[in-house]
Amino acid sequence: MYKIAKENLSALFQLIAETRELYLPVKTAGQTNFAAWSKDAEVDLDTLKTVKSAKDAFFPQSEGLYTVKKEGKKMSIEPERLKEQEFVVFGMKACDVRGMEVLDNVFLSEPVDTFYEARRAHGTIVAMACHEPEETCFCKVFGVDAASPASDVAVWNVGEALYWKAQSEKGEALTEAVKELLTEADEDGAAAVEAEKDAIHKIVEKLPYMSLSLEGWNGDALSEKFDSPVWEELYKPCLACGTCTFVCPTCQCYDIKDYTAGNTVSRYRCWDSCMYSDFTMMAHGNNRTSQMQRFRQRFMHKLVYYPANNDGMYSCTGCGRCVEKCPSALNIVKVVKAFQNQGGEK
Amino acid sequence: MSLENKEFKPKIVAFCCNWCSYAGADLAGSSRLTYPADVKIIRVPCSCRVNPMFILRAFEKGADGVIMCGCHPGDCHYSTGNYYARRRMTLLFSMLDYIGVENGRTRVEWVSAAEGVKFSETMNSFVEKIYSLGENVRLGDLRCKS
Amino acid sequence: MQELINRAKELLADGTVARVLGYKAGDLPYNPEPAYFESAEELKDFVYNGFCGANLSKYMIEASKLEGKTMVFLKPCDTYSFNQLLKEHRVDRDKAYIVGVGCKGKLDIEKVKKQGIKGIQSIKGADITDDAQILTIQTIYGEKTCSYGDAMLERCHVCKGKEHRIFDEQIGESKETKDAERFAEVERIEAMSPEEKFAYFRSELSKCIRCNACRNACPACSCRKCVFDSNKFDSSQKANVDSFEEKMFHIIRAFHVAGRCTDCGECSRVCPQGIPLHLFNRKFIKDIDELYGEYQAGADTDSTAPLTDYTFEDAEPSIVGKRG
Repeated sequence: MYKIAKENLSALFQLIAETRELYLPVKTAGQTNFAAWSKDAEVDLDTLKTVKSAKDAFFPQSEGLYTVKKEGKKMSIEPERLKEQEFVVFGMKACDVRGMEVLDNVFLSEPVDTFYEARRAHGTIVAMACHEPEETCFCKVFGVDAASPASDVAVWNVGEALYWKAQSEKGEALTEAVKELLTEADEDGAAAVEAEKDAIHKIVEKLPYMSLSLEGWNGDALSEKFDSPVWEELYKPCLACGTCTFVCPTCQCYDIKDYTAGNTVSRYRCWDSCMYSDFTMMAHGNNRTSQMQRFRQRFMHKLVYYPANNDGMYSCTGCGRCVEKCPSALNIVKVVKAFQNQGGEK
Repeated sequence: MSLENKEFKPKIVAFCCNWCSYAGADLAGSSRLTYPADVKIIRVPCSCRVNPMFILRAFEKGADGVIMCGCHPGDCHYSTGNYYARRRMTLLFSMLDYIGVENGRTRVEWVSAAEGVKFSETMNSFVEKIYSLGENVRLGDLRCKS
Repeated sequence: MQELINRAKELLADGTVARVLGYKAGDLPYNPEPAYFESAEELKDFVYNGFCGANLSKYMIEASKLEGKTMVFLKPCDTYSFNQLLKEHRVDRDKAYIVGVGCKGKLDIEKVKKQGIKGIQSIKGADITDDAQILTIQTIYGEKTCSYGDAMLERCHVCKGKEHRIFDEQIGESKETKDAERFAEVERIEAMSPEEKFAYFRSELSKCIRCNACRNACPACSCRKCVFDSNKFDSSQKANVDSFEEKMFHIIRAFHVAGRCTDCGECSRVCPQGIPLHLFNRKFIKDIDELYGEYQAGADTDSTAPLTDYTFEDAEPSIVGKRG
């Protein structure tokens, strides 16, 4: 384990940026989101949760696929190049790291998504333990340890220093590259990190959503959950915006679109939301015609369909972003609780 | 007209109403009055047909200036179309100004079917203005620039 | 709050209304959700406090399609939206029993959190019967206090007034919350140079994730099919692939509601990225007021909207460059 004083962080970022691209939480107009580092960027490591999750770094909100160009009578197709540059995402949290595992299961299984695969191959994740978890967090419910992110490098924020521990080959390589700024942590440091972990665990125990039970949510519950009358009541406040899906670290649906610019057509993909009326629109029309069906789809996917296909792993990480951002104060916790209550009354 | 900036060839879109301004452009042509070829005219049934989206689309696809011409207020073929258009364009242009798009890139002129001279003068002065403002970089889609 | 519940029970019992549209207690101290109640039994979850900020007029569009009357709790600013919807034939007056609820300003939990208050366990002082002076917040990290005014939504600082524009009955007291000028921020931006204006909006709008929350929460955005959702039109973009698109979306959205926007502030309230979207709408309102005479959408149900009206003497568009 290594140690770096907080005052040396900007030197660290500069050093990383010399050889790699660097993405980290940057505050723009009052809101913190992952963005490319620059000297003028206002780096903000204190905000617990960025508005959007870090999935953008590996699965951007929009990305080009190929461009068709017309010159005279000739047409040419230029595929978008895969990511070749090494990059570092600094300051993810344990829940975001779990989010990447969820996306891996989708994009790295056959047929492999080459764009995502390339980014995963070249990206190194430096994740921070959550110094002060908040009331909207419920990662523990999904077995995520906020104190020990499963990333390439794990970082703990203790007092005036950050403790740095490489946990994979990529993590070792990055550590090697920035070694000049790191100092070997002594026993006191190791003890401080253990104390920080304990403190985090203690706070996590106090969070209001810790008692959330996922009993009954699994791949086998398909018909029972799908046909439940609870959805009819639950969806009503939903305004059908896509906020929950766009801030979510695990939502992975995308749409493919063409943009015509005179002599070129660029084909790109961008995030889509199952909350939208034209989601999975086909020639015959739409599969899901009511907002209730769209609403149900989102939560069934997270808690039933995904676990059914991925050995019981849920595609929710308990990051709590939907809890914070839904304009109608709906969220996955309320859905789970509504089913629990209904079970109790019967 | 001063054309010092030889590199920059502006693209200018002119929405002209069918009944007055388009006829005014015709008259300018048949009277052999000149106006720069940078102006591309789009004929619309009435100035009131111009949706704010048309103006933004024109900028998106690479226009450096957009001008809308219609019948003089009071002379609209449909009686009142240009009165509504006048309010809409005033608000839209004010909004574009508000978000920092140079005000000179948008203009409304009322040109009647008899005003070939005015049409030619208007276009000349508008093109000159756009030359002085240079390329539109604040309200275009980069994908259309390549 | 008990008064609201009692009244709801009475009206449900005597059959005046078929359902009640109000708020259901959330699972955190600050996240009540809009909800329908159809029986006295269900009303046990009813809540109405400072965090009930959503504009329920929007929900009345759907409620108007249901059988029977809906009792709805509207704050003063919501009634403007209801009037406007009534004027546009999007809600049915006969299907609504409107209870005008007093308002002491609505709270924005983001503003509380911005003060560094986190790990919130309970909040005291947000009930409508409280005097709206101070919030006492229990957190995992100790007890914190926060002034009510500092936690209020932007729209409450520039409140249009505590008078309900349409109601069947009124319950509860209001408290004046206006302590800022409505157009001050718009004027501040107008005074900037074009470069500064551009940089300001570029920085704000670059945060937009096109989640459409602003549109879907907006009571004036009541089109059945939005132009930005139509797949037959290339305006349907789900992401701001280019910086043009964020401007396109927000300008056109503001334009579509120009003259109809009551300035209820829902767009800014719901924006997950905290973009001050009301600044677009308020710019249009300010221009309309200055150029075509003062107009407040939703103040009544029969006036002609500024963009469907004209005078022979209207200002020419060239005025934009001439004003200071």
